[in-house]
Formats: sequence, structure tokens, C-alpha cells
Amino acid sequence: MTDLTKFTLAEARDAVAGKKVSALELTSAHLAEIEKARGLNAFVAETPERALDMAKAADARIASGSAGPLEGLPLGVKDLYATEGVHMQACSHILDGFKPAYESTVTSQLWRDGAVMLGKLNMDEFAMGSSNETSFYGPVASPWLPAGWDESKGREALKGDKKGLLVPGGSSGGSAAAVAAHLCLGATATDTGGSIRQPAAFTGTVGIKPTYGRCSRWGVAAFASSLDQAGPIARTVRDCAIMLRSMAGYDAKDSTSVNTPVPDYEASVGRSIKGKRIGIPKEYRIEGMPAEIEKLWMQGVEWLRAAGAEIVDISLPHTRTALPAYYIVAPAEASSNLARYDGVRYGLRVPGKDINGMYENTRAEGFGREVRRRIMIGTYVLSAGYYDAYYVRAQKIRTLIKRDFELAYADGIDAILTPATPSAAFGIGEKGSADPVEMYLNDVFTVTVNMAGLPGLAVPGGLSSQGLPLGLQLIGRPFDEETLFSVAEVIEQAAGRTTLPKAWW
Amino acid sequence: MSVDQATVRRIAHLARIAVRDEEVPHLQEELNAILAFVEELSAVDVSGVEPMTSVIPMKLPLRADVVADQAGADVVTRNAPGAEDHYFTVPKVIE
Repeated sequence: MTDLTKFTLAEARDAVAGKKVSALELTSAHLAEIEKARGLNAFVAETPERALDMAKAADARIASGSAGPLEGLPLGVKDLYATEGVHMQACSHILDGFKPAYESTVTSQLWRDGAVMLGKLNMDEFAMGSSNETSFYGPVASPWLPAGWDESKGREALKGDKKGLLVPGGSSGGSAAAVAAHLCLGATATDTGGSIRQPAAFTGTVGIKPTYGRCSRWGVAAFASSLDQAGPIARTVRDCAIMLRSMAGYDAKDSTSVNTPVPDYEASVGRSIKGKRIGIPKEYRIEGMPAEIEKLWMQGVEWLRAAGAEIVDISLPHTRTALPAYYIVAPAEASSNLARYDGVRYGLRVPGKDINGMYENTRAEGFGREVRRRIMIGTYVLSAGYYDAYYVRAQKIRTLIKRDFELAYADGIDAILTPATPSAAFGIGEKGSADPVEMYLNDVFTVTVNMAGLPGLAVPGGLSSQGLPLGLQLIGRPFDEETLFSVAEVIEQAAGRTTLPKAWW
Repeated sequence: MSVDQATVRRIAHLARIAVRDEEVPHLQEELNAILAFVEELSAVDVSGVEPMTSVIPMKLPLRADVVADQAGADVVTRNAPGAEDHYFTVPKVIE
């Protein structure tokens, strides 16, 4: 029998719909792979019983002719999403034991359309991180081995502290690793500053952060509410398009969700991009950028030109300000959102001499270092006397960043091509221990997109000199995810599907 | 701008996060590294620029003022580290 976990999501969908494979067989095959891959630490909670029940129900619907668009397709869910009655900890100690009494809107739409839940995926604590190393549940190892490592060296490292193995990126590191390791057909993820696109780029997978307001944030633990968006990570552009159609849509429970129809995104995959105007922003050519990133970017330009797109040099002058402004806006919103974790209504409680002592001890023990740091920065920039100098100024700069994009789009630009990350994946334990800013620089190309609320997609463009995946990023007009899928498909066809690592774990 | 150790303690208290004495110098260093990183924003000309309030221009919708999604007190208190008779329990706050 062919390996059922090697299907793309689209192939699996067609096989299940054509009754060549049952949802139960497909789900069982993935559960077996998850069990074998525990060393990677991609899943923090496995839900095999629920998965098998959902698969049987899917098979029954297929038999009765009432199958949905994702019928019987096994997916992983980032631990930031509320899943009714199932572990949801945002990979934080402070949510110990929490099982929500409700289901997030996005996951409920996936189940409505027939998808099967395999379990919850590791991530940086409260989605704060770019390497999955801030998780209370420990780091995730990328399925990509470092250059020069053989399989047995990799397996040895998995048994220890994983040092030297590669990070899958973050914060959606478990999602990206699970998809790249063929543990699920696709996974939900979230993106506040690059948390879908950077891990996708690091693992040779495809990820899209939709326009702000495209997917409901209801039931997704809030990090920075004006920046957070849900989106998929999958192995192909088409698979992302299929998943996004089910995830997107208006939800009265999220007042920032936008009430516009959800197109059939899959129909835009394969559409000609002839005559599309693709902007190349000169400000993304940053100082110290490795030559191979520049080369990848120019290769992307050539592929799009060859497909009939018109390449236009553009300027987004406030690009440089986006990352520092993000590190004011995001911590400010986080300090407010995370005030709710106080040891009273859910999760961890650490006693203190009085109620303030209980709050302070609970939050000191319950939050990890990076989260505490961001809450404190956020508290500082919102505090009396500093609010105007930091927070209001950052929000003004955000207006300028968005205006840059608006001017480019008003000039007839359809989409913008940039590198997704300034480098390939780095090693576990390698970055950010001395200076937190070192880690923050990972998001230099992705964070502008969140600040402007735009859609952004990361697609594999090739391999580094070390043989590791490198991604290209496409940035679109608000609510024009379709153009991103069309253009990304051209890149995927030209670059060739990434050959993902064989299981060594 | 940078923070001194007294400010680090004040912020930690405002954020309701206990800090041990030996943590303060390191936290001060980290916070100052972040503040130094965002310092370049003070050079940006923002005169006449409105601060962003909504990244996608839209009118805030109002919902009908009706009862919805009544989970019930059992469900609401189920995840609490301390609950009695459908109330959350906390350390004594009034003598």
C-alpha cells in the first residue's frame, strides 16, 4: 500500500472522496507516524481517540453522500486554539490543566467541513518567540538535519537536550515541523509578527497569514489583538488554499472579523499571472543580508518575469521602523491581554501572603522569561509619562507603514515579492540567550505585513548552501489572498516542490 | 531612554510579577536592550500623522442586547484553581 502520509492534502481529499482510501485508514496512518515522531516534540497533546471517532463519522458521511470539503482529512491544531474539552495551554505553565468549555470559531469550521483533529501542536509560549524555544513543553526539533549530520547523530540529540538540532522557527514551530515531517496533512497556525511565515520558510512548507479580519480570532488566545491572525501551514500552495477557505469567514463573535464573502481560493491556484505587476521593495535589501538570500530573491523575480508578470521597483520608506514599532505595540497589547492570567479563573495558582502576593507569585512562576519580559516592556510603554513617547508614537508610525503599502497599491502594484527570512534555520540554543533583540531580528521581513494588516504568504524558493529551505514572501492587497495563491503557485512550480526529509527521528 | 533598578521593580509590581533581587540587574539589562532597539523611532517625523486605531477601516459593529451563550456557572468555574458553590475563591481581601 502507498504511504498514506505522503499525500498532499488535495491528493488525500480526492482519494477519500473517491473512496480509494477511508478516513479511518488515513487517520490511523497519521496517528502511527505521530507516535514514531515523539522525539521531535511537535505535539504537546495527542487526541487519538477523538481522531478515530471523527474519522469514523467522516466515513459515515462519505457513505451517505453528505461529505464536506475537508471530509476525513487529519489536521493538527496549534495549542493557541481553544478545543472543547481538550488540552489548551498556549504552551504556558500558567494555563496548567486548562480545558476550554468552548471551541474556537476557526477549528469549529474545520470540523464542520469534515476535518479530523489529531492533537495539539507545540508553539512558543503565548506565541511569543521565533524558534519554539520559549514553550513550557520544551523546544521542537526541525525534521531538517543540520548540514553534515547523519541520522544517528540526530537521533542521539533528540534523546538529550536537542542542542545543535535545528529550530523549526516560531511561534508556530510545532505546526511547521508536524507538516514537514508528514505527521498531519496541514495544521492551523497563527501569525502576529511572522509566526506562520517564518516557520514555513524554515521547514520548506507553505504558510499564509490572511488579511486582518479574514479569520475569526474568537477562541484563539490573544497575544496582540490588533496584529493576531489565524492561518494554515501545509505542504503546498493548493493545500493552504483549501484549508483557508474553511478557516476564513465572518463571525459575529469577533467584532474585527470582516463580513465579505470567502472566495474559492483553490480556483486561483494555477491562474495566469500574465500582466500582474509585482513590486520589489528596495528597503528589503538590508545590510548584512547573506548573498544566498539576495540570490533567492532575484531567482524569484526571474520566475515571475518568465511567467509574464511585470516587475516594478518600488519603495516602502518606513520599512526599517516596523520592527522597533512592533516591539512597542505588540508588548503593549500583550501586557493588557495577559492581565487575565491571575490565578483566579483558570490554570496555575501559587499562594502568596495576600491576594497581590498570590497574583505576583502566580504570574512569576506561570509565565516564562520571554513572556515576562514582554509584559514588563508593555507595562512600561503604557505607563503614565511614557504612553505618548512610546505607544502613541508607535501607532503613528504604523499609520506611515500602512500608507507606504497603500501608495504602492494605488500605483497599480498587485503583489510584492521579498525574502521571507534573513537566513535559513539556526540551531536550538544558538540565538537570543544574551540579547533578546537578536531573536527579534528574524521577523524583519514579515512584521511589516502585520503592522499594515495585509495578507502575506511564504513559499519555498530553494535551498541554502547548507541544504536548508529558504522561503520567499508575497505580500498582497487587503483581502486579495487569491493573487497570492496564483503567484505562489508559479513559484512552487518553478522551484519544484521541496523534497522533505525522510524520517530519521 | 533607559530604566534603573527602581523602575524595573516598579514595572514588575504594576505588571503583578514577583521579581527576586538577584533577577533585577539582568532584567534591567534586557529591558534596556529592547528600549535601545526601539530608540531609533524617536528620529521619525510623525508630525501631523494620526495614530492608527484600526488596521482595516471598518465601523465597529453593535450586537443586539440579548442573552446569548449561557454556559452556566458549573462550566464557568470548572477550570478554576479554587471554586466553591459556583464562586471563585481568592485569598481574603477584607478583614
